Amino acid sequence: MSIVAKNITKRFGNYTALDNVTVEAPAGKLVALLGPSGSGKTTLLRIIAGLEFADAGHVLFENEDATARSARHRNVGFVFQHYALFRHMTIFENIAFPLRVRKQPKDEVGERVRELLKLVQLEGLEKRYPSQLSGGQRQRIALARALAARPKVLLLDEPFGALDAKVRKELRRWLRRLHDEIHVTSLFVTHDQEEALEVADQVVIMNQAKVEQIGTPEEVYNKPANPFVFGFLGQVNVFHGRVANGQAQLANGAIVAPAAGQVGEGSVAAYVRPHDIDLLKDDPHDGSATAGKVAWVHRAGSTIKIEVILNATNQLLIVELPRERYAQLNVLANDDVWARPRDAKLFTGDYQI
Amino acid sequence: MAATGNLTRGGGARSGIATEPWWVRAILITLAVVVLGVLLVLPLVTIFVEAFREGWAAYKEQIIAPETWSAIKLTLITALIAVPLNLVFGIAAAWAVTKFNFWGKSILVTLIDLPFSVSPVAAGLALVILFNLQNGYLAPVLKWLDLKVIFSLPGMVLATVFITFPFVARELIPLMQSQGTEEEEAAHVLGANGWQMFWRVTLPNIKWGVLYGVILCNARAMGEFGAVYAVSSNFEGQKTLPLYIERVYYASWVSLVPVFAVASLLGVLALITLVVKTWLEWKTQREMAEGSKAVH
Repeated sequence: MSIVAKNITKRFGNYTALDNVTVEAPAGKLVALLGPSGSGKTTLLRIIAGLEFADAGHVLFENEDATARSARHRNVGFVFQHYALFRHMTIFENIAFPLRVRKQPKDEVGERVRELLKLVQLEGLEKRYPSQLSGGQRQRIALARALAARPKVLLLDEPFGALDAKVRKELRRWLRRLHDEIHVTSLFVTHDQEEALEVADQVVIMNQAKVEQIGTPEEVYNKPANPFVFGFLGQVNVFHGRVANGQAQLANGAIVAPAAGQVGEGSVAAYVRPHDIDLLKDDPHDGSATAGKVAWVHRAGSTIKIEVILNATNQLLIVELPRERYAQLNVLANDDVWARPRDAKLFTGDYQI
Repeated sequence: MAATGNLTRGGGARSGIATEPWWVRAILITLAVVVLGVLLVLPLVTIFVEAFREGWAAYKEQIIAPETWSAIKLTLITALIAVPLNLVFGIAAAWAVTKFNFWGKSILVTLIDLPFSVSPVAAGLALVILFNLQNGYLAPVLKWLDLKVIFSLPGMVLATVFITFPFVARELIPLMQSQGTEEEEAAHVLGANGWQMFWRVTLPNIKWGVLYGVILCNARAMGEFGAVYAVSSNFEGQKTLPLYIERVYYASWVSLVPVFAVASLLGVLALITLVVKTWLEWKTQREMAEGSKAVH
């Protein structure tokens, strides 16, 4: 069942949480609402769930207007960041809760609970209490409980936010596999861009009550629509300069030839990813590289991160190199290097990240 | 930091924060114990000592006297009506204050605490002014309903309800606040209606707080003197235990055993209340700690 939130506006007093936001989650897909704190993503999720009501706009489930319905009657599954398990009930009763309030017969309830415990791979924990479980287990039980009444739509509010980094990574892959198995339309909120890009079929990037971009993880990462998206989805180096005669002259001296018709005249900002910069020991003498001094080398990790201070502008450049490349280069702090951006995205005008 | 040198002297655990020398600690503790002993323990012990001064037979004679039983019965009936009423009011008030935001919420919270700041006698007299059948403000309504409030059981119950109103609410409000609304939200999204949410989710989470509030409410209800005195009459069968004790005190010429014998009943109630209260307090503290752990 598809979810459509159309033209949603929500204000809390003078503060606008959502400004005419439209988001769609196609049936059976896993969509991420990604953005920094205060972007409005949790508010949007809660409006879709029926836990809040919008000041304007509509919520449609498979083209049926559910805007006026209370959360009880929307048949959505909701997973909270802090699990919200019923602390005085056993795991069995927790999962059985949505079935019991719908007055389902006992044996059906038992069967369904066991089925769900098997699905989340936590059989045998029926008689335990939430306080006896680890964070990761609790969240899986919360998920099982949300799925118990067979909702058509699953909503998750920063489901892994309260968990350790390692458990978070494990569970996000587990969630993806679970989704592939049961194909419930799912919408989850996160501020972790790595999580969103790794798990979702589609990513909606939000910022300050508005939607910045919607697309597949590949689309938003490789073709960001604006500087905010570019900067939010990963580290970025920004160079300022001017475009003249079809070429961008950047302040650090490098000249970048933009793709035809990409930008007009005027001031320009070039956004370069750390892994799109080459480091050379000597000046290639073709104007494509700029001089700098190595400030710091981080050698622990899958790639080597090098911080370079550029001579021309005193700007800090963050470069990421594969281990083999660094082994060839072998620079240390205080060495002189030449930095050559391989690929850049140019944005004109004044932008704030 | 000269006192730090004294930290290693004497025994006991040191938190590192308290830097007073051991003799300051000793004086303070002794002072506290002496004050508590004189003001609380000594009177309680005296009651029992004086009650049994003339032996078990004299004591028993007082306890099984018909007037004593009539007083006990009246006290029990009053408490049996007032406490459940305040239980319902208290839960409703705590529920409204902690799960919702509405205009006038702070006024409600202030009103809940009102009985604590009003003198019980003043409260009782206010009820007399309102409800007496001669010239009370609500006299016409009462006459129309053919209801006698003052100098009758309804008045005593009303006075007791007013005085003991805050106990359940005040106990539940911080407890429910620390537990937050997430579990109720989850219950709502999972399909529960208001009653199912309250009965299955909220109530089990607050049960120890409720019991604690009920115990306090009951102790206060059974021991209330001033407000009930103002609204009740001098007739037999119209005196609760505290009122009866007062009457026996003024009527006792020969010995004080009758007074203390009856007072010892309230003393026993006090001891039982203390034990149960301490246990429930420990339980509620655990609930609050777990509550804030779950939410954060």
